[in-house]
Amino acid sequence: MRFSGFRVFKEAVTGHKGWKPLWRNPEPKPAYDIVIVGGGGHGLATAYYLAKVFGQARVALLERGWLGSGNVGRNTTIIRSNYLLPGNQPFYEFSMTLWEGLEQDFNLNAMVSQRGILNLIHTDAQRDAYRRRGNAMILSGADAVLLNRDQVWAMAPFLNFDNARFPIKGGLLQPRAGTARHDGVAWGFARGADLAGVDIIQNCEVTGFRIEEGRVKGVETSRGYIGAGKVGVAVAGSSSRVMSKAGMRLPIESHGLQAFVTEGLKPTIPGVITFGAGHFYVSQSDKGGLVFGGDIETYKSYAQRGGLPVLEDVVEGGMALMPMIGRARLLRAWGGVADMSMDGSPIIDRTPVDGLYFNGGWSYGGFKATPASGYCFAHLLATDTPHETAKAMRLDRFERGYVIDEKGVGASPNLH
Amino acid sequence: MTRLSGGVIDRSRTLSFTFDGQAYQGHPGDTLASALLANGVRLMGRSFKYHRPRGVLSAGSEEPNALVELRTGARREPNTRATVVELFDGLEAKSQNRWPSLSFDALAVNDLFAPFFAAGFYYKTFMWPKAFWEKVYEPAIRRAAGLGSLSMLPDPDAYDKGFLHCDLLVIGGGAAGLSAALTAARSGARVILADEDFRLGGRLLAESGPFTDQSVDAWIAGLEAEFASLPNLRVMRRTTVWGAYDHGIFAALERVADHLSTPGEGVRQTLWRITAKRAVLAAGATERHIPFANNDRPGIMLSGALRAYANRWAVRPAERVAIFTNNDDGHRTALDLRAKGVEVAAVVDSRAEAKVLGDYPLLAGALVTGSRGRLGLKAIRVAQHGRDQWIPCGALGVSGGWNPNVHLASHHRGRPVWDEAQQTFLPGEEGPPGLIPAGAAVGEGSTHAALMSGARAAVKALDALGIKASPPNLPEAEDRPLGLKPLWHVPGKARAWVDFQNDVTVKDIALAHQENMRPVEHLKRWTTLGMATDQGKTANVTALAVMAELTGKTIPETGTTIFRPPYTPVSLSALGGGNTGTHFRPRRLTPTHVWAEGRGAVFVEVGQWMRAQYFPRPGEKTWRETVDREVLATRAGVGICDVTTLGKIDVQGKDAGAFLNRIYCNAMASLKVGMVRYGLMLREDGQAWDDGTCARLAEDQYVVTTTTAQAGPIYRHMEFCRQGLWPELDVQLISTTDAWAQLSVAGPQARVLLERIVDGFDLSNAAFPFMACGELTIAGGLRARLFRISFSGELAYEIAVPARYGAALMGRLVSLGADLGATPYGTEALGVLRIEKGHAAGNELNGQTTAQMLGMGRMVSVKKDSIGAVQSRREGMAADSRRLVGLVPVAATDPVVAGSHLFTEGAVHNTGTDQGWITSACYSPHVGSAIGLGFLTEGEARQGEVVIAANPLEGQAIRLRVVSPHFVDPEGGRLRV
Amino acid sequence: MLIPHPLLGPRDAGEFTYLGDARLLERPDGLGPDAPAAFHDYVYLRDNIAGVQRELWFHEQGDRSWLVVTRDTLTHEILKAELARDVVLARKEAGK
Repeated sequence: MRFSGFRVFKEAVTGHKGWKPLWRNPEPKPAYDIVIVGGGGHGLATAYYLAKVFGQARVALLERGWLGSGNVGRNTTIIRSNYLLPGNQPFYEFSMTLWEGLEQDFNLNAMVSQRGILNLIHTDAQRDAYRRRGNAMILSGADAVLLNRDQVWAMAPFLNFDNARFPIKGGLLQPRAGTARHDGVAWGFARGADLAGVDIIQNCEVTGFRIEEGRVKGVETSRGYIGAGKVGVAVAGSSSRVMSKAGMRLPIESHGLQAFVTEGLKPTIPGVITFGAGHFYVSQSDKGGLVFGGDIETYKSYAQRGGLPVLEDVVEGGMALMPMIGRARLLRAWGGVADMSMDGSPIIDRTPVDGLYFNGGWSYGGFKATPASGYCFAHLLATDTPHETAKAMRLDRFERGYVIDEKGVGASPNLH
Repeated sequence: MTRLSGGVIDRSRTLSFTFDGQAYQGHPGDTLASALLANGVRLMGRSFKYHRPRGVLSAGSEEPNALVELRTGARREPNTRATVVELFDGLEAKSQNRWPSLSFDALAVNDLFAPFFAAGFYYKTFMWPKAFWEKVYEPAIRRAAGLGSLSMLPDPDAYDKGFLHCDLLVIGGGAAGLSAALTAARSGARVILADEDFRLGGRLLAESGPFTDQSVDAWIAGLEAEFASLPNLRVMRRTTVWGAYDHGIFAALERVADHLSTPGEGVRQTLWRITAKRAVLAAGATERHIPFANNDRPGIMLSGALRAYANRWAVRPAERVAIFTNNDDGHRTALDLRAKGVEVAAVVDSRAEAKVLGDYPLLAGALVTGSRGRLGLKAIRVAQHGRDQWIPCGALGVSGGWNPNVHLASHHRGRPVWDEAQQTFLPGEEGPPGLIPAGAAVGEGSTHAALMSGARAAVKALDALGIKASPPNLPEAEDRPLGLKPLWHVPGKARAWVDFQNDVTVKDIALAHQENMRPVEHLKRWTTLGMATDQGKTANVTALAVMAELTGKTIPETGTTIFRPPYTPVSLSALGGGNTGTHFRPRRLTPTHVWAEGRGAVFVEVGQWMRAQYFPRPGEKTWRETVDREVLATRAGVGICDVTTLGKIDVQGKDAGAFLNRIYCNAMASLKVGMVRYGLMLREDGQAWDDGTCARLAEDQYVVTTTTAQAGPIYRHMEFCRQGLWPELDVQLISTTDAWAQLSVAGPQARVLLERIVDGFDLSNAAFPFMACGELTIAGGLRARLFRISFSGELAYEIAVPARYGAALMGRLVSLGADLGATPYGTEALGVLRIEKGHAAGNELNGQTTAQMLGMGRMVSVKKDSIGAVQSRREGMAADSRRLVGLVPVAATDPVVAGSHLFTEGAVHNTGTDQGWITSACYSPHVGSAIGLGFLTEGEARQGEVVIAANPLEGQAIRLRVVSPHFVDPEGGRLRV
Repeated sequence: MLIPHPLLGPRDAGEFTYLGDARLLERPDGLGPDAPAAFHDYVYLRDNIAGVQRELWFHEQGDRSWLVVTRDTLTHEILKAELARDVVLARKEAGK
């Protein structure tokens, strides 16, 4: 079934009887050519592109709980390609181009809204660094605009220009950045993959890998053994736990990351705004809630919840930056587990086990990467060669000294 | 006014307020909702999606419908629940999410088109043409969505944060909470009792005669008196405990002044962090409604709320009232209303076996199947024994049973468990450690059970702390069973609301089921159920039950939902707590700050520090003019700069040298006493981390300096190495950054100037050469440290004195050096001087560069093990050919712009051809043009080559010549004179 | 969170700075023959345990002790806190 305005109209006048399940609930088959472990955004996108672009017919995706239950369902929905380093920026720009055609491609409105992201500048050194970054963005084919103070004021006059501890001196704007409805992204990829023949199997936990003579043969699951020609693992947040079942230790630590939303408000904030001197960024959802976040928890955690100090720190930043939000109320806080990699950049690569592939280490920036991550992982799984834009995201880069360290803080996962 | 007799309101005083501009009156003790109801106002808001007319549903913090914009101007608070606003004189409230008026809302047209707006409709359309989303569809959706609006003005009120500690925190001041607090407080334990209401009592206030041996008023009055006499008990009214965090830490919001028109001199709200050894969760229960066709009209409310308005606030909700119930609690509302003289049209009870408990018409085995009344309820349709009838009434109380308020018990993600007998979710075993649920929150809902349960919970909690407590004498209280027989919704074709605010109906849940959005999280996300400002308090369990019916599974098989902080919404101002504006972060001032202010210095934020950026003089028109003067004066005579912000770490002990040998990549143990060495520290991953000087004052004493930014991290790292890696070494560390004021005295006249201040210390080049250090006294006995080091390339010293003498030293140097042209300079001139000399600073040492890139690859000793040495030799790092170079424009008037990327002349400009970037740039009065430093591929071999500095961001591409990074005195002769 | 400091009693976690897995105390010999592999393992690879782990906290706003804290990463329950110095000296004395 194709979704369209016409279809919505037709169903509305005929009592919504014709709507079909968005995806099937298939029973697992004994074996597949490719098994994807993890029904989050990246796993779903991988399955989708494997079937749609790379012509893979026998693909299964296994999800421990309900599809979309990972970090794709618990983030602040920002999409952007404003990275600095050549190992990252072309990949994220590739992702941005995929976002731009995604909804028409998978036929579901994921509310991709390119209302821009503004990174605020507070010092001369920060302006130099953002100029370097903005130029890196343009050189990769992305868009970027350097704004002075007056231009920032024209965009966001409600910011604290008069009484700030760290005065606003300008900003780096990426007009094509913005937000997308996170659940819609998961559902769009899931529905598209399902229509293309992928078996999406929910409530199916992978409990082990069957590895013989250095080659993966299949996966043990809570619903029995499933054979596989290749296995791709995309379980950000649980990467270390799952890959340890294949005997691997990863350059990853898990940290809690909170996000927050206020009660619904009439339009208040134009796009995404990032405070350059505090830990705060914010956008407004289509329903009206101010969606905001800040730093990860500094300590390791799998608890999927955060602490009060980070909440207070984030809101202090918000209040310092835009004091007019004070009378809005925090409605909900939620927490996810971020796979913090040792250089803050992701891994899309083969592993020492033949036929076993790994996608993870997205730190707290995985959502914007969802389409490209799926595409590049599918490329690797289908062709055994890395996609052009993901060549640097190797697992052995730490051993060989080719880290992709955007922040320049070294092997300190909680600082990235 | 439609007041009944009785109630806990102060009729001796009248308060005036307005709603949508219309003036009304109420009494102290009223909420905005009770006062509006007492004035006959039923219509208070509009729903989110369909803009349906709505009235109050509840009498508490779970309210989904009656949301208003409270107050005006900068104090406007959108989405404020009228049910929890304590009435004050002069209160102004406005309805929201409607245009042009509450009774005529143009967007109510959405309701007519409701079939098009079924669950998930927006995921299926608005995709064509592509560009229309941001330009047409989304703006329309955004304007229609949202609820209230912000004033867009800064909040004028003050806020505070506070910390409290106790043995036992009692959350909730109803029957269970009061009994728990009394039990615990009498034992002598340190107790905090917090309740969200402005009056203690909870549901007790809403009931008529829950005690059989005394009145509630008398009991509470007695308790209040006793509580006031107990120094170990703190009673916090108007305080919502909204989050359960780790290790017994609870977040609570006290609404200190929300019941006043303005906070005056005090704070409006205080955010408390309460650390409790144990806690009793006595948060009560929330009544659930029963969806039926058009069950959302103003006048239809929860049965318990109807009872509360009548008993506590003496509100006559309507002339004729009906009840719809599946349990005996609904009958109690009918009884109470009858007793107050309100006509009860009917009690519609879905249980065929229901018995009448008093003087009212009972329709047993009957269902409410519809309602009439566009802006307020006029009649309900009742089906009984296959017959329909319309019963006129102005209010309907609905009782579908009670959901325990398990919220805080699930804040650690522990799931509630289903209790089949009570047909409710109860707190699970995986709750926050030390949190004991009691009373209605754990299904002990009768007054008697709640009192007993609270006392038991307190005894148990204190027992675990070794404090003996015993249950007090408690009132005799009602202990009637509910006799509930589940009825989750009334089947029918018309829309029946489950989530009122977000307009989620039973049909939407059925559609979600049809479309395979069956896991509870899919259901919520697809339909927006439970995402409204009440966080699903009145909707989630009912929705689960409806889904369970559709799937044919049990409710626990269908799913559970957990709740996250906050329990009720918390203002961002309170969470910010006043640490906003210029108080956002601490401000560290240098010892010469006040002196510099007196000289008219312009300051700049450097992390937490405020540093003098430059010292303008009268007549100087631009900052550049000032900075050029300061630079030239330093190179020609002598300049003085406060460099106190650099980190200083004293390293002492027999093994200090051996220790520093492992910290720095270059050797330090071999440094002679009385000498200084430049030092480079790597991170353990081999990247350059920080640089500075290391001075050896004695055999067993070094002074390490760090950059301003890394002072904290480096000290932490050195302590880690000392305590965690090599505890066997005899070495001690102390940070002395704040203890010593340090001034840089630079320029050809630096020695002459210093000679005027030292106490007979030989500063001659022979006695105190370049890179010498020593301890001495100055100005007639003041102890000082002197280092002959240079960041500018000139003959230079840094002199340190105890911090409190910093400003005096600065003043004296400037005045003693007047004839030498002594000039204070700021961070801008400091930056120019160091770029001219080619010294790396933060822009170069940005954590992404290696020693090799800085031209210091050979400093990394291979003879010893030091932090980062092994990793610095990895293939990828060794192969990196980028080097620090100097850059000057080919056309002397061209700018050099930091952040530009470097390309070979003639190359296309893209990521693949990128050859480096400009790290730092400035105008150099010494060179007479702009200059820059940058990292360039194969930079070492490219001196003299012309490269392109591309800055497409600002439309620039400038030809630069690659030169040595040392623009001033590359041989270093000036340093050594 | 509250951290039971072995010298100072329970202290708010906000006074501390977190580093990570306590295996960072076991720094390999930089002059050893297998130093490159050993340092890759030491600097970059983590067990990343979901459960009880030993980890390093620095009492930055306090007495500047480095602590080894035993904590459950699933529940945040803290089982033990020791001075890192004591832990390392004991290990070195044991000759490991």
